[in-house]
Amino acid sequence: MIAVNTAKFSLIMIAAGAVVMAFAHWVHVDYLYFASYTILQFIVLATAWNILGGYCGYVNFGSAAFFAMGAYSSVFMHKFFPVPIPVLIVIGALVSGTAGLGMGYLTLRLRGSFFAIATLALAVVLQTLVVNWDFVGGSRGAYIIRPEELEFAGITINYIEYLFFLMLSLAVIALITARTIERSQLGFGFATIRDDELAAEASGVPTLRVKLIATTISGAFMGMAGAPFPYYIGYLQPSSAFGLEYAVNSIAMPMIGGTTSWVGPLVGAILLGSAQQYATVTISSAVNLLIVGLMLVGFVIIAPNGIVGLVQERLRAWRKP
Amino acid sequence: MDISWDLLLNAIAAGLLLGAFYAAVTAGVSISFGMLDIVNIAHPAFVILGSYIAYFFNINFGIDPILVSIVAMPVFFLLGSAVYQVYYLSFEKRGQESLRGLAFFFGLLFVTEVTLILVFGVDYRYVEAAYIGPSIHIGIVDLPLRMLVPCLAALALFSGLQLFVTRTFIGRAIMAVSQDQLALQLMAVDPIRIKRIAFGLSIATAAVAGALLIIIQPIEPSVGREYIGRVFAICVLGGLGSMPGTLVAAMLLGVVESLTSTFYGPSWAPAVSFGFLLLTLAFRPAGLFGR
Amino acid sequence: MTAPLLHVDNISKRFGGFVALDGIELEVMPGERLGLIGPNGSGKSTLVNCICGTLQNETGNVRFDGSDLNGLAAHQRTHRGVARSFQLPRPFHSMNLVDNLRVPLLYTVHARIGPLRSTGDLDARCLELLEMVGLAAKAKHMPRDLTQVEMRKLELARAVAAEPKLLIADEAMAGLSHSEIDDILKLLMRLNERGITIIMIEHIMSAVMSFSQRLAVLVSGKKVADGLPQDVVRDEQVVRAYLGQ
Repeated sequence: MIAVNTAKFSLIMIAAGAVVMAFAHWVHVDYLYFASYTILQFIVLATAWNILGGYCGYVNFGSAAFFAMGAYSSVFMHKFFPVPIPVLIVIGALVSGTAGLGMGYLTLRLRGSFFAIATLALAVVLQTLVVNWDFVGGSRGAYIIRPEELEFAGITINYIEYLFFLMLSLAVIALITARTIERSQLGFGFATIRDDELAAEASGVPTLRVKLIATTISGAFMGMAGAPFPYYIGYLQPSSAFGLEYAVNSIAMPMIGGTTSWVGPLVGAILLGSAQQYATVTISSAVNLLIVGLMLVGFVIIAPNGIVGLVQERLRAWRKP
Repeated sequence: MDISWDLLLNAIAAGLLLGAFYAAVTAGVSISFGMLDIVNIAHPAFVILGSYIAYFFNINFGIDPILVSIVAMPVFFLLGSAVYQVYYLSFEKRGQESLRGLAFFFGLLFVTEVTLILVFGVDYRYVEAAYIGPSIHIGIVDLPLRMLVPCLAALALFSGLQLFVTRTFIGRAIMAVSQDQLALQLMAVDPIRIKRIAFGLSIATAAVAGALLIIIQPIEPSVGREYIGRVFAICVLGGLGSMPGTLVAAMLLGVVESLTSTFYGPSWAPAVSFGFLLLTLAFRPAGLFGR
Repeated sequence: MTAPLLHVDNISKRFGGFVALDGIELEVMPGERLGLIGPNGSGKSTLVNCICGTLQNETGNVRFDGSDLNGLAAHQRTHRGVARSFQLPRPFHSMNLVDNLRVPLLYTVHARIGPLRSTGDLDARCLELLEMVGLAAKAKHMPRDLTQVEMRKLELARAVAAEPKLLIADEAMAGLSHSEIDDILKLLMRLNERGITIIMIEHIMSAVMSFSQRLAVLVSGKKVADGLPQDVVRDEQVVRAYLGQ
């Protein structure tokens, strides 16, 4: 692998993002903005999941909960005290990050399997709370009227382009964060926990603290991905915010793409996300989800290191004659 | 506060009946999670599958759902054995059961649910049997037969399992494998085979639980998901691997859910079991009767 | 009268109805070599786990180097100078040997004395440790490429990497050949000469007898003997425990 330091990588990613933005602006087709937004959202979710799941080895089944918390914080703020979306993103990060921290504190002292079950429980409890909370719309849902355009410093842009830009920036930030963690001592600590938590603890790694950092960062990014969602979708219902596709995709995309590096969730999100966008239009969304589920099971059994793992093996075999 | 005794007693009675049923659903997870340490979160999916099979044969051939499930048990047993074999070869052997095993079962849960949606659609389905409808009245307490019959069937299933585990050789081997695999091997018993049988058994119980479920309430594919929390909450609260503990915990959960539903409305019911689970995990992970 | 480095003060631990440890009292002086023996299931590993913090004892206290360890997490105890090797080796399987040793260096040694070392120094120290156990040639290999014996040595190296005051070697020699046992014994002696207090848990009597200055015996969760090795092995209770009644 070419050794690229963090600063250089960040610049490359930002440059890549700028290229994507410019291309999108040039093409300027609303439907493509909508479709790509979803894929970018999944890049953030998959990367966030992978920080806790792939790097640390702790499976989170409740990604939808953290995502939805970001979305519902935005709804709450919209009704209570409207602020611009970037602020909502920060609020989403704080809310979901704190939730990640809290839940981690309650359950991370137990085995990994208990944590996973607890995340499932959290998702359902939160959904029930939201369904019964009328201020944010309850089960009826909440409408957020999306403005046509945004005026900022004399420039007017199409609102959907603005949302696309925000999600693109989040994706870039998420990827840079993931890679930076991977190469840092924190990432090293994550890996020891994933490999053997007991041995890590015995070697002096403060495992609880490290795991809490992972759940907080992971939760925060999921909340950030959720914050613009009400504006994107216009009408937010608990069943869509807490939808099963978020839980499955946040797990399937990194596991199919490959959990050991930042590339995996990116590859998984782009491949699966695009395939699903295509499938939802051509086949039913149920069949589409079925395929995701089958792929998840298949990959987990056959290719445990995902697509990235397969490529790495291919490269290794190709290098040694 | 003016509590209507009528309402209260009926809610408790319903809760106890429901609780027994919950115990039947949880029995399988008691085996797979409590004894084999396999987090089979797809168990409710197998239960729902059992429900749909009971539905199919009941609607098309008029066969009693419980009867269908008894015939289905061996099939489910084989299915469970097959699933375990895949699980063992892919994950347990490689020591990667934590992350990938969980993802595997999650995928199974998902695939099952979506397949059922594709085959049966999302409409509610229900079965028809002589005992769905009438109730027995004991004083001011109503005991609907559609809940009483499953309760009795569940208790029968549960006692059967308890006897099996404590009295038969294979049953005790299953208990042994959960405690000391090596010792079992030294006794020339193949632990993998025992675990496969145990897992198959746990899925077989899902067949029966499924039939009972569709007697109690109409079902649609996503109903399984509500049960994940209930099942694991009961398992953890009852202390892993303790059958009597599971029964008590199940009854307790049933009563609390019933009371919540009656006095606060059914939309809060899912939060009860999952809330229970979170609280138990946070404060008393060994459960009420655990080791 | 010097204070003991480790004082296990009336430790008890139960698992449900099963009493694994029953009021264990044990003292280890600084620089001492203590052997801990007992039949299988007598509670030796449980005791180690309670001392190291992997398990929490229900009653009693563990005092180490003048302070109470009760309530401290395992990693905090490692920071204070208690290190152990696991009976069944637990390497970090996704990392090579050098990285395996880097973990205690980064998380324990650095935590204790501050990050004085650069990456180059860290690597040098890792290689030094690997040489000490004879694994320098396999520095860039993965744990799955190691033999059982080599994994044991890696376990010990990792424990030593944490620069402990007290090292607990939990059955580090099981299944080794005579010469390999000798190697480990020499290694432990060298470490002891450098001032590290060592508790050796073993079944191999020859090793324990030649190594220990003092011997303690656990049977069914109770300490039944504690004294000079030659006295302890002649103790009636000990003989009965090992040979049965």
